[in-house]
Amino acid sequence: MKVVVAVKAVAALDDEAELVDGDTAVDPDGLEWDLNEWDAFSLEEALMLRDAAGDGEVVALTVGDEEAQDSLLACLAKGADRAVRIWDDALEGADPLAVARVLAAAIEPEAPDLVLCGVQSSDAVNGATGVAVAAHLGLPHVAVVKRLELEAGVATVERELEGGLVEVLRIRLPALMTIQTGINEPRYATLRAIKQARDKPLSELGLDDVGLDAARVGAAAGARLRRLRHPEKGEGAEMLDGSPEDVAARIADIVKERMSA
Amino acid sequence: MILVIAETRRGELRPVTLELVTAALGLKEAAGGRVAVAVIDADASSFAGALAVAGVDEVLAVSASTPHFEAHHTQRAVEALIEAEQPALVLLGHTIDSMGFGSAVAARLGLGFASDVTAVSWDGGPIATRGAYGGKLVAELDFPGHERTLLTVRAGAFDPADAAGAEPAVRLFDVAFDPPLTEHIEFREAATGDVDITKADFLLSIGRGIEDKDNIAQFEELAERLGATLSVSRPLVDAGWMSNARQVGQSGKTVQPKVYLALGISGAVQHLAGMQKADTIIAVNTDPDAPIFGVAHYGAVADLFDVAEALEQHFA
Repeated sequence: MKVVVAVKAVAALDDEAELVDGDTAVDPDGLEWDLNEWDAFSLEEALMLRDAAGDGEVVALTVGDEEAQDSLLACLAKGADRAVRIWDDALEGADPLAVARVLAAAIEPEAPDLVLCGVQSSDAVNGATGVAVAAHLGLPHVAVVKRLELEAGVATVERELEGGLVEVLRIRLPALMTIQTGINEPRYATLRAIKQARDKPLSELGLDDVGLDAARVGAAAGARLRRLRHPEKGEGAEMLDGSPEDVAARIADIVKERMSA
Repeated sequence: MILVIAETRRGELRPVTLELVTAALGLKEAAGGRVAVAVIDADASSFAGALAVAGVDEVLAVSASTPHFEAHHTQRAVEALIEAEQPALVLLGHTIDSMGFGSAVAARLGLGFASDVTAVSWDGGPIATRGAYGGKLVAELDFPGHERTLLTVRAGAFDPADAAGAEPAVRLFDVAFDPPLTEHIEFREAATGDVDITKADFLLSIGRGIEDKDNIAQFEELAERLGATLSVSRPLVDAGWMSNARQVGQSGKTVQPKVYLALGISGAVQHLAGMQKADTIIAVNTDPDAPIFGVAHYGAVADLFDVAEALEQHFA
């Protein structure tokens, strides 16, 4: 059972994040990096499938600069067998279709039984990359999976729909699935495992290593970022100031007034 | 031409479809003066009446070969429609179904593409607005080098069009389908509990900020004291602390109480989709940039435990 898990280091803005480069990027000093929340669940699912099969390999793969290194090490510490990081400066700010093109090129020679991705990333929230990877690889796919059972090469999965509805369906492997949070309980790495992660294989590849170049990745891109801006304020909340007691008193007044209206 | 892909489920047109029609009609003249809505369903033609919106020029009916949505078939049908009709703009809802095929269509056909779009304008081609960095920033995107662009549009971003016009012309559109790659077994309602949060006038809603399962009991008590019903955001359900029956959001329930008091909920898009129509929204969060303050009427940057403790005193 070989599972490739495509993961992403996500960037959270700190309070003083500033826009730079003609408002098309955020000053890197204002960003904090972490493994995407959804990817912790997809990695866990991969580890469980490998362990249930009794043999096989889990490969964590990402498109990212050196800021993504810690997230890959976190995957290795949790139990991935090896990791691959693909980067080229041409990938800075790459859109989901460009990233999908690169991921697909890196996954293809791995010939996995299963490719797992998070449903979305907490920073870009595209919900698009995984299924685009499947399109490039010609793999059957299911998006937003909240339960996965595997038997004799056929997966029975639950697809989480809107409003608390679930669809149960079957799909034959090899396939790609995007994994929803809550599907399992992601493990934490032990301190020992975190130390040992540094001895596991982590390869760093460039675009030419996966048979691509900047022009072909650029051609795969679906969008160009014109500019970033802060959301318009004013329509936002009236802020209640003061001590917690002051805030509670105002909230109590508002609640009582609205509930009696 | 603008092509809207309708979304149906179990014989019903999903509400996002008429919102897409509104978005399409707003860009109709700029994008070439024609709007068509494609329905891919086992009984596609039957939806023409539900799509009787003034300004919709045509319904393209694709007879699906499976009784329910099948991602690969819908993908195939949308690709065939785009290749035949050559629309400048294709609009899908940013829904669970669309997440199963939209980006695949864009990748295979080399379309311009953006997802979870909240506004669209036109300047020689589409310009899309969407969130960035978890909704803390807004991004404006364009699609240079693409004659055709596919956008998935956030549910609720546009008002639904009024389907009170004359029934549009229906054209049958044939697609040669391969055998489906997934097999539908069943639909299932997620567990319902003894509580219906959609009926409550006052919801006390808690999220990740409560930090620990052991803290839930104190908010159950607080809710009772306030005369509120307790609801939760997704992380508490994911962690197995609370039942899905109490979950507010896209994958939980959509609620519209008189008062929605959110403690420790940052306001992910999927959560906001489920509660932003509440009459009065009050949010308490330690992060001043939490997206929930963008939809709240009243907000406080404060420790929720301190506020909760003080709040009790006001409700005897």
